[in-house]
Amino acid sequence: MEDEARVRDILLHRAVFAGLVCFFVLAVVVARVVWLQVSAHEHFTELAEKNRTRSEPIPPSRGLIYDRNGILLADNTPSFQVELVPEQVKDMEATLALLGEILALDEDDVERFRKALKNSRPFDGIPLKFNLSEEDIARLAVERPRLPGVEVQARLTRIYPRGALTAHAVGYVGRINEREMESIEHDAYAGTSHIGKTGLERFYEDRLHGRVGSRKLEVDAHGRSLRVLEEQPATPGEDLHLSLDVRLQEAAEAALGDYLGAIVALDPRNGEVLAMVSKPAFDPNLFVNGIRSKDYRALMDNPDRPLFNRALTAAYPPGSTVKPMMGLAGLSYGLITPEWRMFAGPYYQLPNDDHRYRDWRKGGHGWVDLDHAIAQSCDVYFYDLAYRMGIDRLHDFALDFGLGRVTGVDLPGEAAGLVPSKEWKRRSKKQAWYPGETLIAGIGQGYMLSTPLQLAQMTATLAQRGAAFRPRLWRDAPKEALPPVKLAREAWWSAALGGMLHVAHADYGTASKYIGKNAPYLMAGKSGTAQVFTVKQNETYNAKNLSKKLHDHAVFIAFAPFDAPRIAVAVFVEHGSSGSGVAAPMARKVMDTWLLGEAQDKAPATLGMGAGGRE
Amino acid sequence: MSAWREKMGSAFSALQVDEGALLRWLKLDPWLVFALLLLLGVGAVTVYSASHQSMAQMVNLGARIGMGVVLMLLMARIPPTVYQFWSPWLFAFGVLLLLAVELFGHVGKGAQRWLDLGFMRFQPSEILKLAVPMMAAWYLSLRALPPRPLDILVTLLIIAVPMGLIMLQPDLGTSILVGAAGMFVLFLAGLSWKYIAGFLVALAGLLPLMWQFGLHDYQRQRVITLLDPEADPLGTGYHIIQSKIAIGSGGVSGKGWLNSTQSNLDFLPEGHTDFIFAVFSEEFGLVGVVLLLLLYLFIILRGLYIAVQAPTIYGRLVAGSLSLSFFVYVFVNTGMVTGLLPVVGVPLPLVSYGGTAMVTLMAGFGMLMSIHTHRPFMAASK
Repeated sequence: MEDEARVRDILLHRAVFAGLVCFFVLAVVVARVVWLQVSAHEHFTELAEKNRTRSEPIPPSRGLIYDRNGILLADNTPSFQVELVPEQVKDMEATLALLGEILALDEDDVERFRKALKNSRPFDGIPLKFNLSEEDIARLAVERPRLPGVEVQARLTRIYPRGALTAHAVGYVGRINEREMESIEHDAYAGTSHIGKTGLERFYEDRLHGRVGSRKLEVDAHGRSLRVLEEQPATPGEDLHLSLDVRLQEAAEAALGDYLGAIVALDPRNGEVLAMVSKPAFDPNLFVNGIRSKDYRALMDNPDRPLFNRALTAAYPPGSTVKPMMGLAGLSYGLITPEWRMFAGPYYQLPNDDHRYRDWRKGGHGWVDLDHAIAQSCDVYFYDLAYRMGIDRLHDFALDFGLGRVTGVDLPGEAAGLVPSKEWKRRSKKQAWYPGETLIAGIGQGYMLSTPLQLAQMTATLAQRGAAFRPRLWRDAPKEALPPVKLAREAWWSAALGGMLHVAHADYGTASKYIGKNAPYLMAGKSGTAQVFTVKQNETYNAKNLSKKLHDHAVFIAFAPFDAPRIAVAVFVEHGSSGSGVAAPMARKVMDTWLLGEAQDKAPATLGMGAGGRE
Repeated sequence: MSAWREKMGSAFSALQVDEGALLRWLKLDPWLVFALLLLLGVGAVTVYSASHQSMAQMVNLGARIGMGVVLMLLMARIPPTVYQFWSPWLFAFGVLLLLAVELFGHVGKGAQRWLDLGFMRFQPSEILKLAVPMMAAWYLSLRALPPRPLDILVTLLIIAVPMGLIMLQPDLGTSILVGAAGMFVLFLAGLSWKYIAGFLVALAGLLPLMWQFGLHDYQRQRVITLLDPEADPLGTGYHIIQSKIAIGSGGVSGKGWLNSTQSNLDFLPEGHTDFIFAVFSEEFGLVGVVLLLLLYLFIILRGLYIAVQAPTIYGRLVAGSLSLSFFVYVFVNTGMVTGLLPVVGVPLPLVSYGGTAMVTLMAGFGMLMSIHTHRPFMAASK
């Protein structure tokens, strides 16, 4: 019995001990829960919230682009695309194989899809094929049960109704690539698959893109969204109204005919770009949803380089079109007067040098003043002037006219062209400047390079007698005056511009027989040829004996009406041979369309001769 | 038959006069009954939320609770002497069933735990949860206490055989519970602290060996996961991460009933079974957790009180062991769900939705009440 009591006693002790252990162990559990629910409560609340909600971006609709008359140049159109949500696809390879049968996918589609798959966010639909036809959609609907995670989505896709006509100016959008992925702000582009790649689409990307909205969804563990918790709508991108006139653009395009080249037309009064054509062009719609490699190869392999925007990025020798500007430089530096005359023989020679710098006219021009020198494009006159001016003074003056540096137009990738100087040659070629090179520069050859846009800008500055504006395609951009070219005497402008007037209208003007006849308004112009092929000292240039590839480039600049210029045009025709014969009539067609045709800003043509008439 | 009717009649008439008389006739302990029903109620409420308000599951749960309650009533009516007498037989029967499982068992969830009887599937290891402490208590009650080394060895063997068989299934959770139940008998019988200390040291020493050879890969993975759940957040760490998020986001006052986002949106797997504590914590917060654990503590302490009060050594040992086993259930489950312990498949007792475990527990409590209500002076007082 005593034993029994002892055992009972042990058990009592053990039971009390065990009860205490239970109490303390459960206290530890409580302590743990206190840590979870009190100390770390915020952390876990955040995690629970992160589990439960998913932010879904609402992509903004991209701003539209219109020409100056409200004609659409870039539009958004609904299209159907098939998207895959990888998290919901059971067997990716089998799904792709099946879709391949249904939709006739090609390797491009699949390859692009796989790339996008690597960079995708969870539960984002990754597009596989765009622009589905109704048949495609119907076939997909039939196979739907076999295709979990495959969805047909209606999205807005960009189209360019004018296609190639405005391709170089408007540019195109394309799918955001890996490189762009690194440079863009991810939040701003959440939900956006496309970005401006070239042209205005790229330059005004920020304005066109708009602000992304977002939708906060409640989701379950399987990624299904159950309801919308919050929604912040997207702000659509701004529409762009351009100064570009599609009809003028069409006229310029037609004027170029089968030639390669570029035409740029500006409103000299404000810098508005009225037309910008680069030929050949391409269909920008091909690029929007990823160009097929076959199409891309075709564009890249085309020797005419259709993707190359000649108006903006082709640096050609400006040729004789720089002569009016050279004349102004001579007047400005006091090297010549409007009346000063020189005898221009068939060639020019530097002292102590037997190299003959030939004039384009075999027999020479005889006695010429500035007016004749410009109107007849006398090389010898400008050899002499350039020689006396020196390259550095020439350089400074040309820069004031916007040559040799970017115009700052609202397009990406503009080329700066080149106006050489002694300093430039030392720096880039590590060579001394030769006086002969100054002569060549004086007639816009040699090192001198300019883009068609720069020539149009120079022409507009001439038309405005020195006032210059930054060229702009976006019409609502504020008019931005550039530092004007100031001359001591107004008469100097009249002298140089008079020479240009006579190019078109005087009998002795180089282009008069091509464009000056029957013109209902007065225009000023200047032709030029840019050498592709250097003629040897004792040979003559003969177009007939040269293959077309070696023909000179033809250049023509013009503005009109002469008294109150409303349009300045630069025409550059690759291998066009003759500035006056080929390029000038193109410029005339553009000006006619603008001043006489249906295009806007129609005004009664001024008939009769303006100032400085000599005929 | 008529005697039974008379008895029932007297019970019912007694009810009208004295409600305690019915409980006494039913051989129930009112405190335990109250606490258990409260706990089952908490369980039902939480399962309703955690099972996405599935009526089908509620019906199932109701059936199981009913089964459990009936079994408890039956077990409470049976006097402890009967249990004591049948202990070795039940133990032998249980071990035989375990062998049968090993030979013909039904493979479910990768482990061989079920025996298909044709009309129902049955988990024999559940029997051992009761049979092992009963057998150990039966054996020790025949020996002089505190137990001598040979008795200890025999008891350890009694524990080790079924434990080993259950581990083979493999079912680590149940084998731990069964082993613990047996060890508690030894502990309560007065196993000297020297042995206890020696045993703990041996266990600590064996742990690395267990780690190498005793555990399955998935079990080892669970331990690794406990130590660093973020190492594999979508794989094995997923349960524990989501469980901690559920508990932590509940805060002090909880999100309210039916408002567990972790469970409603399926982020928390097995929210209505093993991980129900996380759902409960998320919905009822720290306040609910403290109250729930107090309820558990009350049941455990009541059980220990019953053990201390029991008239026979057998009764004391069984009652104490069952109470402490119940504690192990609570601790292993809450420890696992809160990330203190590795993931072991042990349900939260009487709260988790889950079949046989609940029935076994209720049977155990029935036995506990039987031990308490069949004391000699109780009978005399009637």
